[in-house]
Amino acid sequence: MLNQMKEETIMNNLKNFTKGFFRENPVFILLLGLCPTLGVTTSAINGLAMGLATTFVLIGSNVVIALIKGLIPDKVRIPSFIVVIASFVTIIDLVMSAYVPALYESLGLFIPLIVVNCIVLGRAEAFASKNTVFSSLIDGLGMGLGFAFALTLLGGLREILGSIAIFNWKIFEGIARLINPATDYTQPDGILVFVLAPGAFFGLAYLIVLMKKISK
Amino acid sequence: MAINKLTVSMSPHDYGKYSVKKIMSGVVLAMIPALLVSVYYFGFDAIRVNLIAIASCVFFEWLFQKIFIKGKLTINDGSAVVTGMLLAFNVPSNLPWWIIVIGALVAIGIAKMTFGGLGNNPFNPALVGRVFLLISFPVQMTSWPKVSVLNFAMTDAQTGATPLAIVKEGLKNGESYSSIMNSMPHEYVDMLMGNIGGSLGEISAVALILGGLFMLFRKIITWHIPVSIIGTVAIFTAILYGINPETYASPVFHLLTGGLMLGAIFMATDMVTSPMTGKGMLVYGVGIGVITVLIRVWGAYPEGVSFAILIMNAVVPLINNWLKPKRFGETIKK
Repeated sequence: MLNQMKEETIMNNLKNFTKGFFRENPVFILLLGLCPTLGVTTSAINGLAMGLATTFVLIGSNVVIALIKGLIPDKVRIPSFIVVIASFVTIIDLVMSAYVPALYESLGLFIPLIVVNCIVLGRAEAFASKNTVFSSLIDGLGMGLGFAFALTLLGGLREILGSIAIFNWKIFEGIARLINPATDYTQPDGILVFVLAPGAFFGLAYLIVLMKKISK
Repeated sequence: MAINKLTVSMSPHDYGKYSVKKIMSGVVLAMIPALLVSVYYFGFDAIRVNLIAIASCVFFEWLFQKIFIKGKLTINDGSAVVTGMLLAFNVPSNLPWWIIVIGALVAIGIAKMTFGGLGNNPFNPALVGRVFLLISFPVQMTSWPKVSVLNFAMTDAQTGATPLAIVKEGLKNGESYSSIMNSMPHEYVDMLMGNIGGSLGEISAVALILGGLFMLFRKIITWHIPVSIIGTVAIFTAILYGINPETYASPVFHLLTGGLMLGAIFMATDMVTSPMTGKGMLVYGVGIGVITVLIRVWGAYPEGVSFAILIMNAVVPLINNWLKPKRFGETIKK
């Protein structure tokens, strides 16, 4: 009896973890948090950094909100959630500006804007305020990594098409260097529109189509 | 039995002689004069760009239908050929082949087949391809080769700016319009005949108007859209020119340069992406004219026809809804 319950909770937690990637992927399926998705994904590294920062905030806020869910009066729950989320955003904001200043510069305003990210508030309201601490932790981790996965995918696509590079490694030049280290070959510009805002919409639209095809 | 041979069906009982194929071949015929002018001025390059654009458009249409849409192949109806020709007309003649192929992929793949093929696309495919290329490859898309009559030698031609770009640059540097026009190498006659820098098919106003008259005669287009676009641009720029002839270009200059004639006659009149009623077409044309002048006079780009048409394409469903004709027999509530 006890064993069976344990197995069930493990299965539940596993489900909570994996649903963020495909079945309930925040970007591709729920279409939440599109503002940073469209705004920062000019390169794969930007997408990954933004995704990981959001993951940190999600885990932190989910755990704390699950801990104090009994203390929060129902009428002021949204402001209370925002205060908790804002504290974690402040932490990640200061940490990033201290240790990765270049990345912090390129992400700019989008790091403080995690406070109003729909995914973070959405998981707090829909999951953490109703579930246990541990499953909230798993949910935050899964959702956050799903978000990071989506942003890295979109950022990678836009970087490959827009500047013919991946994780800041210029593909044509890199291959030319591998063949002949002394070469002074410079690669051409990519399809510029993918670095600009319209490219984000194109990329996201076709990735959603692809995800729909895969998850069928 | 005789009774079985009597077919009772819904109207229409009689069909016109128009089919997609007929209309598309009419459009292609109407584009021949402009094509000949472009070959005359840009030489072999004009044919090269046209062939690559048409071949890749037809190929992508076939590919997307084979893989994604399935069902009856429609590459024989000629719409891909028209898209390819219009795309070629909208780019400089010295464009590298791979950029043309990307343009064709965007025009057919993103703008047309994603929405379900001919008849379902909200935006003009060729224009989406052109604007995509203009934003993606600004250097290649704005280095216009200088025209040289019947130059079939495959040498790299000199490049020069379009008249619109010359005027825009001059006005930005604080020169007066009359002094810019005095130093301009082109006369109005050159602009009329096509002896100016620019995209392949947009240079000769006369050839484009000839094609437009042909389409009007064949009833492929109606007068509403071209007349309202050209009229709006003429009136708007005439007012500006009247206010201050030193800082605003003259209406004749605006009408004869850039892609206005090509846009008004061939691009904006696309049946799929323009309004259905005459009144709607007039509203659509006025909108295109106003946005074109706004971009040309105050915008960052020297030319705005393609952006104007795409913006108004997005409004077409609203115009259709707004100016719906009254059903026969419907009473008007007072």
